[in-house]
Amino acid sequence: MNNILVLPMLIPLLTGFVLFFLRPSIRAQKIVSILSLLSLVAVSTNILFRIREDGIIRLDFGGWQPPFGILFVGDSFSALMVLTASVVSTLIITYAFTATERRMENMFFYPFAFFLVAGVNGSFLTGDMFNLFVCFEVMLLASYVLITLGGGKVRLAESMKYVAINVVASWFFLVALAFLYGTVGTLNMAHVSVRVAEAGQGPLLSAIAIVFLVVFALKAGLFLYFWLPGSYSSPPGPIAALMAALLTKVGVYAMFRTFTLMFYHDDFILGTIIGTMAVLTIIGGCLGAVAYTDIRQIASYNVIIAVGFMILGLAVFNEQAFKGSVFYLIHDMVIKGILFLIVGAMVYLTGKTKITEMSGLIRNYPALGWLLFLTTLGLAGIPPLSGFIGKMYVGLGAVEGGDYFLLFVGFASSLVVLYSMLRIFMNCFWGETIINREDQRLLPTRRLIPIALLGVLVVAIGVGAQALEPFVSDAARVMANPELYIDAVLGEVES
Amino acid sequence: MEFHMTILVGILVTVAVYLLLSRNMVRIILGTAVLSHAVHLLLITMGGAGEGKVPLLRESEGPYADALPQALILTAIVISFATTALLLVLAYRTYEESGSDNMNTIRRIDRE
Repeated sequence: MNNILVLPMLIPLLTGFVLFFLRPSIRAQKIVSILSLLSLVAVSTNILFRIREDGIIRLDFGGWQPPFGILFVGDSFSALMVLTASVVSTLIITYAFTATERRMENMFFYPFAFFLVAGVNGSFLTGDMFNLFVCFEVMLLASYVLITLGGGKVRLAESMKYVAINVVASWFFLVALAFLYGTVGTLNMAHVSVRVAEAGQGPLLSAIAIVFLVVFALKAGLFLYFWLPGSYSSPPGPIAALMAALLTKVGVYAMFRTFTLMFYHDDFILGTIIGTMAVLTIIGGCLGAVAYTDIRQIASYNVIIAVGFMILGLAVFNEQAFKGSVFYLIHDMVIKGILFLIVGAMVYLTGKTKITEMSGLIRNYPALGWLLFLTTLGLAGIPPLSGFIGKMYVGLGAVEGGDYFLLFVGFASSLVVLYSMLRIFMNCFWGETIINREDQRLLPTRRLIPIALLGVLVVAIGVGAQALEPFVSDAARVMANPELYIDAVLGEVES
Repeated sequence: MEFHMTILVGILVTVAVYLLLSRNMVRIILGTAVLSHAVHLLLITMGGAGEGKVPLLRESEGPYADALPQALILTAIVISFATTALLLVLAYRTYEESGSDNMNTIRRIDRE
């Protein structure tokens, strides 16, 4: 039995419920949180190594054999995502311990953060399309609460838009599911893949694939990203970091699963539509990142550029590029976590949001400044930091597939990212100091530690890429050869 | 049966889109509610409505109706119920804070 597979979703879910009852004591909430997060990291590591030994593992709920029941499937890709999400959310929630207002802690901030993590991990592990929808909703409902928590005019107005957009996107998801079920008569991902391959991906199935593409593009911020900068730049640091690090990546993950496992037959959708969307996303993201002076907006547009870059790997569609995208996904979760935490800390410390209003912060907060510089280099993909290895493999894949235009756009975007981030660094940290040493708000070391640990991760992923490589290669191998996944899920049933 | 239901789904979606595109927040929320009803109907139509017998082993002999779409719809109803409740509270709070239920006015808030 592989019951361990359900734990990454079950642990945060149960912790969330327990935390509801611990409302009177914030101290107890924090202790339970940290214990649960650490066990989450341990369990995800265990799953990753178990998959390396036993191959893809699955858990059929209630003993229902696939394709009849709901199941969780753990392959290297989902296990890597779960592990990264767990580590990043551990650090972000630890940061939130010191950075969250008392009244938000009293109003169930931590339980909802845990529900969000539960939804995210569930989405990574599920092997059933409808279950994916449910996990998405768990994650989104938690994010609705988090984004509105603590209120204020601007945030309520932004969250109204965010919720409305996501409700419509979820509706499209259900429509796609209804048509998929009506057409192939199953919702188990592996089984859908088999049926689609048997029937051939005709116009009807291609249309369904495009509806799925629209759904995930809305969730991931691929081309349909108009809602993203507003909603990611309004909540306070830790919440924005949780959302930027996890939510869009789940959309990207779902897109990879859908188009590498189920609908991989149509070159037009894969190459042309997804490729064009990725390029337009990158261009739009770059324009936004350069145009705005609000540091939170610049950071949000950087999220969009990264989504575009990861989807380039999908558009190129070979094993090398998948490998790059997986590396880049891991890197991006970490780096967006640290970026939004630093930006949140800057806004908290200065009380200002525009780069024109800040100056010379390096004298006041040297550690924060150097961490931002590290993040800048990591985002741009400078070796030996974490962004480099992913970009390199996507580049190699693009050369292998002859997609030189995608290669050019992807790498040119790195320069824009570097420029937009250096603009923050030079304007805010260099120049004349505007805050007196005596008047400056203190940045407690306890707050700096989680950010610094994320910084260490950025370096570690880059330097220790060799250690990660076998897992990532395995993930890419399964994506390039969907029959491996199908065998693991349906193999025993057929024989 | 399925033909009529498909037409009804179309009508419901039309109504919902009209409501969603209005400026009034409550209308938008009603729009999302109607929208979710439309997709529930679509799900049950896709499962083949009115075919087969009750899927209970001792009560009837096959062919049985497909029970899965109903399970899906039940889940979807619960989720849309939760989302609608949350949206209503959110709309009420937004109205309290900004004194308006008009999306045009609300949009101008964050431009400032």
